[in-house]
Amino acid sequence: MSNVSDRKNAWSPVRLVESIGRRTLKGIAELGYIASLFIESLYWLIMGKHRRQPVRIASTFSETMMIAIEAIPIVSVLCFAVGIMLAIQSIATLKIFGAEAKVVIGIALSVTREFSPLIVSILVAGRSGSAITARIGTMHESQELDALQVIGINPVRYLVTPLMLAMLISVPCLTILGDFMGLLGGAVFTTLELGMNISTYADRSLDVLTVDDIRQGLVKSVIFAIIIVMLGVSNGFMVRGGAEGVGRATTRSVVLSISFIVLADMIFTYILNR
Amino acid sequence: MSSHQHRTEESDATGHPQSPAANSSSLPQEVIRIENLVTHYGQRQILDKINLTAYRGEIMVIMGGSGSGKTTLLQHLLGLKRPTSGNIYILDKDITKISTDEMHDLRRDMGVAFQGGALFSSMTVAENVQLPLREHTRLDNNTINIMTRLKLELVNLAGFENLMPSELSGGMVKRVALARAVIMDPKLLFFDEPSAGLDPVVSAELDELILRLKQAMKMTIIVVTHELESAFKIADRITVLDNGRILMTGTVDEIRNSDSERIQNMLNRRPRKEAINADEYMQRLTGQ
Repeated sequence: MSNVSDRKNAWSPVRLVESIGRRTLKGIAELGYIASLFIESLYWLIMGKHRRQPVRIASTFSETMMIAIEAIPIVSVLCFAVGIMLAIQSIATLKIFGAEAKVVIGIALSVTREFSPLIVSILVAGRSGSAITARIGTMHESQELDALQVIGINPVRYLVTPLMLAMLISVPCLTILGDFMGLLGGAVFTTLELGMNISTYADRSLDVLTVDDIRQGLVKSVIFAIIIVMLGVSNGFMVRGGAEGVGRATTRSVVLSISFIVLADMIFTYILNR
Repeated sequence: MSSHQHRTEESDATGHPQSPAANSSSLPQEVIRIENLVTHYGQRQILDKINLTAYRGEIMVIMGGSGSGKTTLLQHLLGLKRPTSGNIYILDKDITKISTDEMHDLRRDMGVAFQGGALFSSMTVAENVQLPLREHTRLDNNTINIMTRLKLELVNLAGFENLMPSELSGGMVKRVALARAVIMDPKLLFFDEPSAGLDPVVSAELDELILRLKQAMKMTIIVVTHELESAFKIADRITVLDNGRILMTGTVDEIRNSDSERIQNMLNRRPRKEAINADEYMQRLTGQ
């Protein structure tokens, strides 16, 4: 009998095609799994009460506390810094055309439509998405998920639905906070740099901004929230291989979440601005 | 099918298999019946035509070495895995065919204590124990707390209600898991490796506890273990698995007196003679 490991290592075009095919199928299966998880958690969100297994409100609150309330300081600091950074770049660019006063338009639109939902989501993905994967992965490895099932508790209803609800509340709320802090950061630098009155800055921002600009950011934040929670949870459920497996899944969850957030941002920016 | 299995699955004069739990004047009531269970991981066959019956009120120990398929068999019994073929009847319901809702109802009659306890690390001991009651019943808080205390007393852990699982020793974790498993007074209790990772004294205490539970609650108990001493102490009947097949099912004495070389090797802790082929092992792992 030929050595199995030698055969496995041998390179050939057929093996390459096989490998690509296998990975593609695995990717499709994973997407299907994530979609089924999403549909199941929506089902429990809507039908849980009718089936006398409602969403755990206490758990939703504690998850919201972890995802949103505890993230307020870091979201505030980062969005404030992004606002300042945008103001610096915009003033430097607009100075070429002698249009520094137009900096308000650039900051207001880019913060609300783009930067606030993006920065908040990347931050939540790194902070809470990774925590979700690690927690569910550890529960999987210590048979806690099996224990839930044999007790007769659906793990999706018990764990995923409260997380999804909490994420759907938290990310848009943090985005609104991010909008405010980003605009504030831009205002602070602009008033210092251009000597503009802060109330003038606020008036101009309100003149420029429409409800649609805020809504655009919020629509994105909802999509990003679903991406974060679904990738966090699915990677947690798929953990294999003990502590090392949990570590790998956590890294994968964060990398995939940020990648999908950026890609989804590009697609939705295109769609929403047509 | 081996001659041992034929011998132990033989029928008595009434056409029903002999059971130590059976009263001579009444027929033993089947709680679990497994028929021709076959299961695979990928292309690798894990269980091969398993036929097994457990009766009301007995302690059935499933034994076998590492990789014998006992954990997979337990996962099938718990409805955590779907078999390739075959049927598993638990309390007269074929769990390979019933709906999710029916399985959900059936689980109220089943309690499970996992190998590592599987206690929820974010909950206290009391919260862990009372979780099934909170999910499946509409009892008020006082009643739930009283029932929790009673079950914790049963496992000698009264007063530990407010500790977190991380503050417990290995033996205490298993006892809390046992209290959680019996909180709904199930008809059927599964216990995975009760002695694993415990010192002999704590292990013996757990054996006593299992026997006490059987006496007090009249439940059928299925224990998966590879600890000979513990198995011989608690079992009414023992099923020995090897390479995914049942080598033998019988009483403690029948197992002890078996003329099967593999069983005698296991009982006398003799190493296997056949060497493991590296390529074959790799093929088994990769399924290629």
